[in-house]
Amino acid sequence: MDHSEHDHDHDHDHHHDHGHHDHAHAPHPIREDDDVALSHGEAKFLALKGLLIEKGIVTADEVRRRLEINDRGTPHQGARMVARAWLDPAFKARMLKDAKAAARELAIEVTEAELMAIENTPDCHNLIVCTLCSCYPRSLLGEPPAWYVSKAYRSRAVREPRKVLREFGLSFPDSVEVRVHDSNADLRYVVLPMRPAGTDGLSEAELAALVSRDCLVGAALPGN
Amino acid sequence: MSGEAARSYALGDRVRIVDLGKPGHVRTPIYVRNKVGVIDYCCGNFENPENRAYGRVGRERIPLYRVRLKQRELWPDYEGAEDDSLVLEIYHHWLRPA
Repeated sequence: MDHSEHDHDHDHDHHHDHGHHDHAHAPHPIREDDDVALSHGEAKFLALKGLLIEKGIVTADEVRRRLEINDRGTPHQGARMVARAWLDPAFKARMLKDAKAAARELAIEVTEAELMAIENTPDCHNLIVCTLCSCYPRSLLGEPPAWYVSKAYRSRAVREPRKVLREFGLSFPDSVEVRVHDSNADLRYVVLPMRPAGTDGLSEAELAALVSRDCLVGAALPGN
Repeated sequence: MSGEAARSYALGDRVRIVDLGKPGHVRTPIYVRNKVGVIDYCCGNFENPENRAYGRVGRERIPLYRVRLKQRELWPDYEGAEDDSLVLEIYHHWLRPA
C-alpha cells in the first residue's frame, strides 16, 4: 500500500476471531459465524488480491505483513508520545515541529505521509474530524472508533462542535476557542492534550495511562 | 471562477476557497467552497489527489495549505463562540487571493 494514498472509506475491519467455539472458562458474547455471502467490496478485494498474487506483483506474505503493520497501531502509542511531551519540553517542541520524527524517537513507526501534533492550550481546544471519509493516523493509533467514522460525527463536528463536545461530556466557556481540524487531505493529526493538574510526580507510564484514545482526537480530556 | 491563483501564499494571507466544479475525487469539501479564510500553515508539496485517484501517479507536486476559517464565516447561524474556527487542507489551485 502506498503510504501517501488516501484512506478513503474502507474500514480495515480486521476481526481477530480465533475460531474457538468452546471457551469454558469465561462467558462472553457468542460471535456469529461469518458464513454469509461476501459483500461486493469483499468479493472485489479477494478477486484483486488473487490476481495480484497470481501475476507475481505481490506475495501473500507481503499482504499479511502489511496487515500486521496496520494492526500495530494502538492508542497507547499516542499516549506514550503525550506523556513524554509532558515530561520533556525539548521532545514536545520536536513533536510539534515534526510529530512523525518525534514518534520515531520512541520507536513508533508512523507510515502515513505526514503527522501533525496539535496542542491544546488554556485558550484553544482542538477537535479532529475527517468529513470526507475516515482519515485517521492508523499506524499510530490503530483503527478509529466507530463514532469517528459515522456520518453523524463527520457532519456535526464541523457544524456544531460545541454540542458534539458536550455530548462527549466536554464543555468550554466562550473564552476558549474551539478549533476543528478537518483531516481532509494529506496530513494526519493527533491532539496533544494539556497535562491535568495534580499529576506532579507521576511517572511517564502513569501519565500515559491517563491519556485515552478519545483524548488524542480532542473528544476527551486526560484523566477524566 | 474570477481571478487568477497567486503563485504562492504565505502565512496569514487572506484567501478564498473557490468552487472549481470538478467532478470525481476532489478533496475540497462543499461546505468550505466560496468561503474566505487565512493561510494557517504551508504543508509543502503533494501530488494532486485529483490525478492520483485515477492512477496518474508520480506527476507534479502542488502546494498544500492549511486554511483557517471562522465558524461564523462558514455558518452564519453558528451557535458558539465568536472566535471558534476550523482548519482544513486545501490544494493551491482551489485558492484565490481575497
